[in-house]
Amino acid sequence: MRPVAIIGAGKTPFGAFPDRDIRSLAVESSRKALQNAGLTPDAVEAFYLGNFAGPSFVGQSHLAPFIAGPMGITGVPCTRVEAACASSGSAFFHAFSAVAAGLYDVVLVTGVEKMTSQQTPRVAEILAMAGECCTEGKAGATFPALFAMIARRHMHQYGTTREHLAAVAVKNHANGALNPDAHMRKNVTMQQVMAGKPIADPLTVYDCSLVSDGAASVVIAPLERAREWTDKPVRVLGIAQTSDYVALDRKPDITVLQAVKTAAKKAYAMAGVGPEDIQLAEVHDCFTIAEVLAVEDLGFVAKGEGGPYSADGHTSLTGSRPVNTSGGLKSKGHPVGATGVAQLCDIVQQIRGEAGERQVARHELGLAQNLGGSGASAVVTILGAA
Amino acid sequence: MKGVVYTETLIHSAPEAFVGEAPYQLIIVSLEDGTRVTARVEGDLRVAIDDRVVLAEHRNGVPFFRKD
Repeated sequence: MRPVAIIGAGKTPFGAFPDRDIRSLAVESSRKALQNAGLTPDAVEAFYLGNFAGPSFVGQSHLAPFIAGPMGITGVPCTRVEAACASSGSAFFHAFSAVAAGLYDVVLVTGVEKMTSQQTPRVAEILAMAGECCTEGKAGATFPALFAMIARRHMHQYGTTREHLAAVAVKNHANGALNPDAHMRKNVTMQQVMAGKPIADPLTVYDCSLVSDGAASVVIAPLERAREWTDKPVRVLGIAQTSDYVALDRKPDITVLQAVKTAAKKAYAMAGVGPEDIQLAEVHDCFTIAEVLAVEDLGFVAKGEGGPYSADGHTSLTGSRPVNTSGGLKSKGHPVGATGVAQLCDIVQQIRGEAGERQVARHELGLAQNLGGSGASAVVTILGAA
Repeated sequence: MKGVVYTETLIHSAPEAFVGEAPYQLIIVSLEDGTRVTARVEGDLRVAIDDRVVLAEHRNGVPFFRKD
């Protein structure tokens, strides 16, 4: 297996863009990533697209060649990967595997979602398809409801409080307010979060990530050739994708994201590092409780301690291990199919020292954790300066 | 069929097909045989974690429980 590096990264801003279609978003981020690597589209040997629900959101299937063709990328494998909110993390995992195996040298990976053309109840219905349709879906479950049930159980077992969850939203909004590409660039207070419009108790609207449009792309290549295209290659030190039951009621303990634990263990072993070595992380805070679970299941703290850990400032920009310096899904936005690659772009930006006001002091080793559904898919990627 | 509430939430923001029913409570019940089932709560009475519940009926294939 060959070492692999990210040689280019690019994103669109995240937000609600009524005048943009899914293709224009994906083409914009793809072109930015290629330009960042000093490449033109004809250099691309394979294209992987992460997208969750293009057919439902915008009525278009066959999305990979639909996006690649007008960019001038034809005659190569163009593949869409779907793993709910982990779609582009998974697309990246498969692209990495192909480059590491020696199949291709230059591969473009893009994640995209166009969500805001649908009304909220329809968005909830489309997102609910990532759950177990014959039980959860038929009973009227939504994704906020599934994570609300996880939150209730976490509170019951470990004494996690409403304030602990709110602290995650406050911190991520503070980071997002400094991110020019974030969807919701505003600070919120603990009081605002807790008194927010109820969505699924105990979660309010401020515990939930945003419904966004956006795209993100990276270009990868063998590490040994990376400096042909960039002075700042970022090495993929470890990566793993794992799975679990889709249905929440099949899991022995819903306060554990077992797929994340397993993926993290594999990625740490591959990188030859442990959780204590990770200097910054982008985690999948689709809901505030999901960030609490992530910091536990990635091994940053013991199970049950994620609430106090998040509330005590350890994960803030100036904390011992900053988490979601981009603002996370909460404030940066969550165009679901784009999120996995966007997290990688955010870590690349920090490792390269290009994060501006959000730049953290220690930025040689970063981790991205991308989650699908209520935990049935997980991708953990460890990146380091090459 | 009897069991204990493993977890619950009250859904305020519903998917398109359930908007008319909101707010409604969704629960996971730990059954006496050790398995779990995703279910709804019958009527307006709310349940909490560790409450004992009993199956009231199936509606469109969805189990509805009430307090035991």
